Amino acid sequence: MSSLILNVVVQGGLTGLVYGLMALGLSVIFGVVRVVNFAHGELVVLAMYAAFELWRSFGLDPLVGTLPVAVVFFGLGYLLQTTLINPFIGRAEHEQFILLVGLGMVIVNGLLMIFRPDARPINLAYGFDSYEVGPLLIYKVNLLAGAAAVVVAAALFVFFRWTATGTAIRACADNLTGAAVVGLNVRRLYALTFGIGLACVGAAGALMVTIVEVRPALAPSFTLLAFIIVIIGGLGSMGGALLGGVLIGVSEALAGFFFEPSMKSMFSFGLLILVLVLRPQGLLGRRA
Amino acid sequence: MLKTAAHPHRRQVLAGTAAAVLAVPAIVRAQASALKIAVLLPRSGYLAPSGQSCHRGALIAPQVLAQFGHRVELIHIDTESSVDVARNQTERAINEGARCVVGAFDSAATLAMAQVCEQRQVPLVVNIAGAPQLTEQGLKFLVRNFPTGGQLVVNGLKLIKDVLAATKLASKTAVFIHANDTFGTAQRAGMDRIFPGAGMPFSLVDSIAYDPTAQDLSVEVTKIKARNPDIVLVVTRAGDAIKLVRDMVRQRFEPQAIMSPGSPGLYDEEFYQALGPLADYHLCSLPWADPTAQMSQALEAAFKPAHPNFRFVVDSFNAGFTFEALLVAADAFKRAGAADGAPLMQAVRETNLKDHVMIGPPIRFDEKGQNPGIPSACVQNRNRTPVVVLPPEVATMAAVLPQPPWQGRG
Amino acid sequence: MSALWHDMPLRGRVLAGALLAALAAAPLVADRYLLSVLILIFYFAYLGQAWNLMMGLAGQLSLGHALYVGLGGYVAAMLWVHLGIGPWLALVPAMAAGALAGGVIAWLGFRFSIEGVYFALLTIAFAEFTRIAFEHIGAAGGAGGFFIPYQAERLGEWWNLRGGQWLFYYVAFALATGAVALTAWLKRSRLGYHWQAVRENQQAARALGIDILAVKMKAAVISSAMTAVGGVFYAFYYDSLFPAQVFNISRSIELMLAPIVGGLGTIFGPVFGAFILTPLGEGLSAALEQLGVNAPGAKAVFYGLTLMLIIFVRPDGVWPALARACGLAPARGDDA
Repeated sequence: MSSLILNVVVQGGLTGLVYGLMALGLSVIFGVVRVVNFAHGELVVLAMYAAFELWRSFGLDPLVGTLPVAVVFFGLGYLLQTTLINPFIGRAEHEQFILLVGLGMVIVNGLLMIFRPDARPINLAYGFDSYEVGPLLIYKVNLLAGAAAVVVAAALFVFFRWTATGTAIRACADNLTGAAVVGLNVRRLYALTFGIGLACVGAAGALMVTIVEVRPALAPSFTLLAFIIVIIGGLGSMGGALLGGVLIGVSEALAGFFFEPSMKSMFSFGLLILVLVLRPQGLLGRRA
Repeated sequence: MLKTAAHPHRRQVLAGTAAAVLAVPAIVRAQASALKIAVLLPRSGYLAPSGQSCHRGALIAPQVLAQFGHRVELIHIDTESSVDVARNQTERAINEGARCVVGAFDSAATLAMAQVCEQRQVPLVVNIAGAPQLTEQGLKFLVRNFPTGGQLVVNGLKLIKDVLAATKLASKTAVFIHANDTFGTAQRAGMDRIFPGAGMPFSLVDSIAYDPTAQDLSVEVTKIKARNPDIVLVVTRAGDAIKLVRDMVRQRFEPQAIMSPGSPGLYDEEFYQALGPLADYHLCSLPWADPTAQMSQALEAAFKPAHPNFRFVVDSFNAGFTFEALLVAADAFKRAGAADGAPLMQAVRETNLKDHVMIGPPIRFDEKGQNPGIPSACVQNRNRTPVVVLPPEVATMAAVLPQPPWQGRG
Repeated sequence: MSALWHDMPLRGRVLAGALLAALAAAPLVADRYLLSVLILIFYFAYLGQAWNLMMGLAGQLSLGHALYVGLGGYVAAMLWVHLGIGPWLALVPAMAAGALAGGVIAWLGFRFSIEGVYFALLTIAFAEFTRIAFEHIGAAGGAGGFFIPYQAERLGEWWNLRGGQWLFYYVAFALATGAVALTAWLKRSRLGYHWQAVRENQQAARALGIDILAVKMKAAVISSAMTAVGGVFYAFYYDSLFPAQVFNISRSIELMLAPIVGGLGTIFGPVFGAFILTPLGEGLSAALEQLGVNAPGAKAVFYGLTLMLIIFVRPDGVWPALARACGLAPARGDDA
């Protein structure tokens, strides 16, 4: 029994790392630009299709495809921010909401038209492999994806902590007026941040497609999942996003194991309510 | 017909006009010999995979029906998996001259459409819809040529018993896992009610409901593995079956058989693509296109050129039932001789179609509008293709069980 | 309400009167499809007005309003099927259920200072939690759905909402006009001014002695109770309830579109928005069909683009600018 629980926990944790990476993009964008990206799930699905297409046309393993997809999505994020999002910064939330809901609708239905609604599997040579480590049974795909997620998050952390641009972006998040006074080009930094946030989404999508077959209908549940993780982990905190992802992955897995699996999302939403009520800044976030 | 003259006199013109006016009813009748049917399917939204599969059958239906002497004109409408759209579009379609409606896969939308059809006295022939309540409402203008959840389970369990006997497989235990959606819940209710008295050789040790929006089913498979059943009974949606089987492989769990008492998932194209040889030997019990029936063969022949990227055998369930609904409408129209609501509906209710697509006795409807006699066939994946293994009259291969080990396949 | 009438310029009164008369007489001349679309417009106008009270007037963003639609619908449907209690009577428990849920959420938001986007996420969480809960409640049909029996022999019972299209048309019409009247009355009432004060500057409002908790609670409770009534209508119009559909976040989003596009915080904005968006959807479907475009999803792409365009060009909504341009804005400078 205990080995079963251990397996469930480890599985949940590994999957949760990839969810966390997905939520990381949302967190970065909100933490700095203060835009709540309601089209998040749709963008993740777009990234998944991009990775899928790279695999289908060039046989590129999505783990390798993470880099090109992330780069392309960086550019996409930069473009989106400078054209669409910038006019809406500082405006009321419901206006941003409508803009992004509309954008999400366009993306997901465009994907439906191009790729059709059926799930698109990716065949990896190691897709069915698992490692036995004592009582533990770990899927190779999940292990690799989880490790990649940690690598990406670490790279991001290094960027924000130790590069000049990263520090500048953090300055904008902490004190916008001060940053402008000091002479930082806030607009460009916003665009950069959006680009970085979407690069995370791109990477997460490429990793996700090794675990889940991509189809347009996945988008809404990804948006919800990302929000839950980001709130629990803490909006604007990178470590928080990963931690939140792992926490949600593990708790859902345990809830599914001990109770009826169809109820496991209830647990996550209940946790979300608790966090909002008791500690809205999340586990690792700072009070806004 | 008008007499042509070099310089028509006024009297001739008048006579000609009168003849033309008198001829109009004949023209109208001749044109009206094609029945206009509105086909409402969820081609976008969360039900899109199934809706588009049905749509592929609807697209080729007119030409195949023509081969058998029926003329239909179809209006294709996307319900967008939404009740609101389904209701409004049904009204619009009837305005545009639809004299019969076929649809809609989603039970909520179907019920909304049924109310419109009831009020406007237009027959609704349900191609696919799971909720048993649809034919319990006393609706006079609705018939359903699709089994209820209970019927599916009864037939499915019987076939499972038969296939176990045919392969001489001694199974002791089974676990039932189903999606917690409309279809899965209907099956579960059927299972809970029918299994105890069905005289199955194995006992059901657990029933698990999973969240259909979940991305990851590893915990569910861990639970199944913990029970170590001989047979796993599944009721899944399209993509979920892939996750279930893949996790079983990765968790090194090998049941004797994975069977579905009647649901999609185990015979979808993406299932075959994702799993390759690991997709083989799983069984489904559900209504299926009769490979020996003339109409099925005609349907398959028309399917290939129209949809070169899809295999008929994979779409045969959805396309077959959609075609049959249109066939019922067209056949009733022929017998009624008119497209008016009440006589057409009467003709629909009196349907007795011996030649149709799905395996089974002639299509007939009971007093509730339900077709009570749709049997299931047992279909097994062999070489990434679903083949009929039971009943023997329509089988093309013999069933093979237990399934071979995951390792070393293909 | 009479204040609204007096403030309206003459052409506004004429227009409003003519429109009301036309809509009231519509079933006599319009075909069933048009009536069906109008019912949907009234329904979304009604829900939009209810949502508008909480967001437009009191400034609280709720992204989970489908929760109240579902609660109202299920309460009324279950009372009808299990106990034979008609929908008019069931309105009371339905509204109570909605009000209770709305009140709890609002209280939590206030007590724990959950504001803005966090509050919005709280509402989403409650809606999703309830959705999954209802998928497991057997007495409510679970995921298999809850059905109100058709019962052809009871079709004349308008008090039980059993009837044809005309019945539902007039009920929806009454709901929509009632909601407009209620919004107009509330907006110019003491409570309405308190709401707007809290929306604009909560600190200043508190300094003036306004009881913030009471004001926010009233907004949430009135809004959610109103929305629950919409749920009762929905249940008896469609005769079926499925948790995955009724509590779905897409439904919450759907009912927000009309008030935001029409004009948040205005009296006629949600109605106007509903009159734009629903026909837009129908029109797009029809246009695509005419052009022979057989691509599922195309309509939604255009719909999404239109939403983005509208919010870019008219972020305050279409109605305020239009009202000013047509000289329909009331004399007092207060927005309509």
